Amino acid sequence: MAERDMPPVTQVGMTSLALIVAGGIYLAAHLPQSVPLTPAIVLLALSALLLAANLFSLTRVHDFAWWRFRQVGLWALLAYAITAGLIEYAFLRNGLSGGPLIVLTLSLVIYALHVPMLIAFTVARYAEPQSRSAG
Amino acid sequence: MATTAEPPAPGEAAAAPPPGAISIPDFEIVPRLGLIPVAIVFAGLVVAIAVNELWPLQFFHVAFGAAWTIIDLFLGFVLGPILGRLSVPARIEMTTRLMPKMVLIMPTVVTATLAGGWQLGHLLGTVDSSYYHHGWIVASYIVVGCMAVIALGLLEPANIAVLFELKKKQPNPAIIERLMKRFIYTAGILGALQIATLVIMTKIASG
Repeated sequence: MAERDMPPVTQVGMTSLALIVAGGIYLAAHLPQSVPLTPAIVLLALSALLLAANLFSLTRVHDFAWWRFRQVGLWALLAYAITAGLIEYAFLRNGLSGGPLIVLTLSLVIYALHVPMLIAFTVARYAEPQSRSAG
Repeated sequence: MATTAEPPAPGEAAAAPPPGAISIPDFEIVPRLGLIPVAIVFAGLVVAIAVNELWPLQFFHVAFGAAWTIIDLFLGFVLGPILGRLSVPARIEMTTRLMPKMVLIMPTVVTATLAGGWQLGHLLGTVDSSYYHHGWIVASYIVVGCMAVIALGLLEPANIAVLFELKKKQPNPAIIERLMKRFIYTAGILGALQIATLVIMTKIASG
């Protein structure tokens, strides 16, 4: 099967993950002091925008194996939601609250959505668009 | 049980395997039995965070952190280069046995290390900005952040995609080659970053 042209989903996804990681490091580096949330919120918003842009660019691809994308993406979503939940539990257990908790929780939501998307995209880009070829 | 695959050729029917065809052992992309130890580890992690005592948190952070470091170093600098030099059938044999285990092991080890470590840091006060080695702690966040982005964005998707490719009736050797290269190179980068982790963690532990 010849490789089809695809949007730079992996590169955009890694940039999005790097942005939430940077925001998380910024907040974690200042704990327990109160810290201006603006830089972390800006990084989070940019990361969310890249997630949306990635999804939009994928919808523009012709003959994409959406059946495989959904199949892999949903299972990966379940797995990464569990790992995100465990990290969130650690945040809640040690008394994180207020703005930092909201920013870090939303960062975990982006993590739990974008990583499964990257996994599903990498698998689906090499799959046949029709499910008849499922091996 | 094994399936037999060959490089796709235009107009060729997928009937009896010709001589020299590649044999692919049967495998599960996610080994279901392996989900039991994963569930046990996660349940133990929840209990350790809930009781918030030194020993269980130290156990999860140190034991799983050591496993994470050693696996990355071994994969990046020992197994990865060997895998790259194996013959195609040997590489497929190795890949179908190693990669499904990695799908379960790495996310489990990483989650246990990070969640246990965060709670441990909170208990000991090492995550507070007033901690005297705070600069080293922030350096560890940066190294772990870089490793997370590379592992989640490149390594893990390549790991799973190569398994799906090998499950096809006619896997494409070029795709497998490309994904395996991606896996091996990123494993090497992660191995190098783990050396930085070792330097930072031994410095912090030494006081």
